[in-house]
Amino acid sequence: MTPFYRFQFYLFALMAIGAALLFVTRRSPVSAALWLVNVMFALSGLYVMLDAPFVAAVQVLVYAGAIMVVFIFVVMLLNLGRPGQLPDLREVAPRLGAGVVGIAILANLLAVRRDALPTVALEPHADNVVTPVAELLFSDYLLAFELTSIVLLVAVVGAVVLAKRKAAP
Amino acid sequence: MLREYLPVLLLLGFAAVNAVVILGLGELVTRTHPTEIKQQPYESGMAPLGDARDRFSVKFYLVAMLFIVFDIETVFMIPWGVHYQQLSCAVPLVDGACPAGQLSFFGLGEMLVFALILLVGYIFVWKKGGLSWD
Amino acid sequence: MTAPVVLSALAVDLAAWFPRHDPQQAPESVYTFAVASAIKMLIVFTLYMLGVALLTLAERKVSAWIQDRRGPNRAGPFGLLQPVADGLKNLMKEEVRPAGADKWLFIIAPMLAFIPAMLVWAVLPLATPLPTPWGLIDMAVATLPVGYLFMLAVSSLGVYGMVLAGWSSNNKYSLLGSLRSSAQMVSYEIALGMSTIPVLLLAGNVSLDAIIAQQAHMGWNVLSLTVAWFIFLVAAFAETNRLPFDLPEAEAELVAGYHTEYSGMKFSMFFIAEYANMATMSGLMAALYFGGWDIPFTQWDNEAPYSVLKTLATLSMFAAKTGVFLFLFMWVRWTLPRFRYDQLMTLGWGIMLPLALGYILVVATATLALDWLGVPRDWRFTMSLLALNVVLTALLLLWGDRGRLVSPASARLDARELARRRARSTVAPSTAMGAPSARVLATASDTEAQQAPAAQEVGA
Repeated sequence: MTPFYRFQFYLFALMAIGAALLFVTRRSPVSAALWLVNVMFALSGLYVMLDAPFVAAVQVLVYAGAIMVVFIFVVMLLNLGRPGQLPDLREVAPRLGAGVVGIAILANLLAVRRDALPTVALEPHADNVVTPVAELLFSDYLLAFELTSIVLLVAVVGAVVLAKRKAAP
Repeated sequence: MLREYLPVLLLLGFAAVNAVVILGLGELVTRTHPTEIKQQPYESGMAPLGDARDRFSVKFYLVAMLFIVFDIETVFMIPWGVHYQQLSCAVPLVDGACPAGQLSFFGLGEMLVFALILLVGYIFVWKKGGLSWD
Repeated sequence: MTAPVVLSALAVDLAAWFPRHDPQQAPESVYTFAVASAIKMLIVFTLYMLGVALLTLAERKVSAWIQDRRGPNRAGPFGLLQPVADGLKNLMKEEVRPAGADKWLFIIAPMLAFIPAMLVWAVLPLATPLPTPWGLIDMAVATLPVGYLFMLAVSSLGVYGMVLAGWSSNNKYSLLGSLRSSAQMVSYEIALGMSTIPVLLLAGNVSLDAIIAQQAHMGWNVLSLTVAWFIFLVAAFAETNRLPFDLPEAEAELVAGYHTEYSGMKFSMFFIAEYANMATMSGLMAALYFGGWDIPFTQWDNEAPYSVLKTLATLSMFAAKTGVFLFLFMWVRWTLPRFRYDQLMTLGWGIMLPLALGYILVVATATLALDWLGVPRDWRFTMSLLALNVVLTALLLLWGDRGRLVSPASARLDARELARRRARSTVAPSTAMGAPSARVLATASDTEAQQAPAAQEVGA
């Protein structure tokens, strides 16, 4: 691991953590959403460093592009206009709950970290970065791939049912 | 090779710096004389009524949800499309072509199943009027 | 562009005197790579700013030509200094920020439109690699193996600038414009993404270099994938918010759409981003469907050894192709009227999406069938697909142009359909989107849900 690689790793990692902290502490939902996009970018940079450029591109395409669009739409829909007008949703109970979940995730990470991480032998596919993903996805993980379409189907149906619901009389 | 990605980072930084410089130049050169009337939102000369940040039709939300679903479908199609020639061949490709008699419907079938399940969702949305905008 | 090219031409002569590296091999040294990247970045930036300035002038000249006027001709010879005058005017203009605007988001929004618009240019291969004494230099700022995906991902970020501009302005026109534009852009992004899957089916790679190489070998994709190109073209117009899809800034309805409240350099940045996106779409279309820098009917340009002449020839070829599409964008703008919003959405979701999806499956089946028939993957493959496309296009024009899903005002409707529409438009007029100051609350959809069955009953 060259010093330059290490420098970049810390750059992206600190960017991700810093943006994530800002994301959870902003009062305005729109600026919080923007910080979340920043997290996605930093993660995408880390994926590139892990020699997974396809995942990095999809990360930006799906998460930063699509999910944030919905996020902002929801923000608009809820009319969470100015921070001053908002009731603070972060009361004691949610904060405690979030803290417990955070500690659990941290413990989980530490437990995983105690064993040696599995080393993956990277096969050089310099000319085609999608092939390694495609090979596995459409053979070993074929069932998961087909099941994804069912998950998406459920999402479509749910969105339509919610959005086209008639008003209660 | 990781270094191929560095110019992108470089360009990103350069574009950001330029954006700041251009906006900063505008701020430096011009002088603002704000008045109350000037700072009103422009509504074709009428006095603005209420706040613009109101709730919006749920239709926009439905469009966004549908976008995500079909965007993910597109993302799954990309590796399939790239790998299609190999997927529809029972043995590894020889010089970028499938040996005679080794073609298979595996690749096409996979995507047909995937697309048909989503087609059910599409027809459901269509029947429910989720795609008509009126 | 010319100055660096002349310099590199000189450098090649010098190379004969001081041969240090093989000009036909990619440079190994990190320093060469860094310096070359920095130079290419500066060139692309200059090209970006200069090109956009010229595009704004070209747009006005073309519109004048189409409408039989003279166009700008006062500033400089042939009005060539008009963009400079416009830029200076915008620089000196007073910036107004509406009272209720969110200060930081209001400033950040134009930057968020500007930066991705520039970043997408990074991966477009502009020409064949250039041999220099320091090695072979790729003619793209970054030759990424995920090239096409990078463009798709980054161009999908442009929507942020618009949404934030509309939201932060605290203006109803702006908010409506930004909502319209985001809904429109996400709707057509699906069609755009799906229309390029057939390209990947043929190329088997997402790197733009590989896609161009495949087209140089087999023939341009516009022949083998005509329908996909057509879908891409329509989606590109919608993605760039150009007429006939310029609903987000429909000036007769929404003043100027999402940038109503912007003036001075902030407005300029939106303007620059808009034209840059247009150029990006043209360049991407050239790369995906028209062979990129490939010169047709010859293999001379695709083979090593590379030379400065080859770079120049392919560069002008790429510029010519991009220029044709840019002209097409302007031509359409000054020719066609605007769609209605419901027509736009029906076209996107009701026609473009199923068409793109169906076409992917058709092409996949066709390549399988052609492989089975033993058609070699060269021009014969392309010609067989072209025959299929001719049939499909004929069917599409006969079937698609019935004025049923996308109905222009002049479409012939049968009496029942007409009665149904009239009934609907008299029952539920209040739900029309885009009424400037209408407070379209979330409850609007609820009332509409109650009204819709009534409308159908009247129609039936």
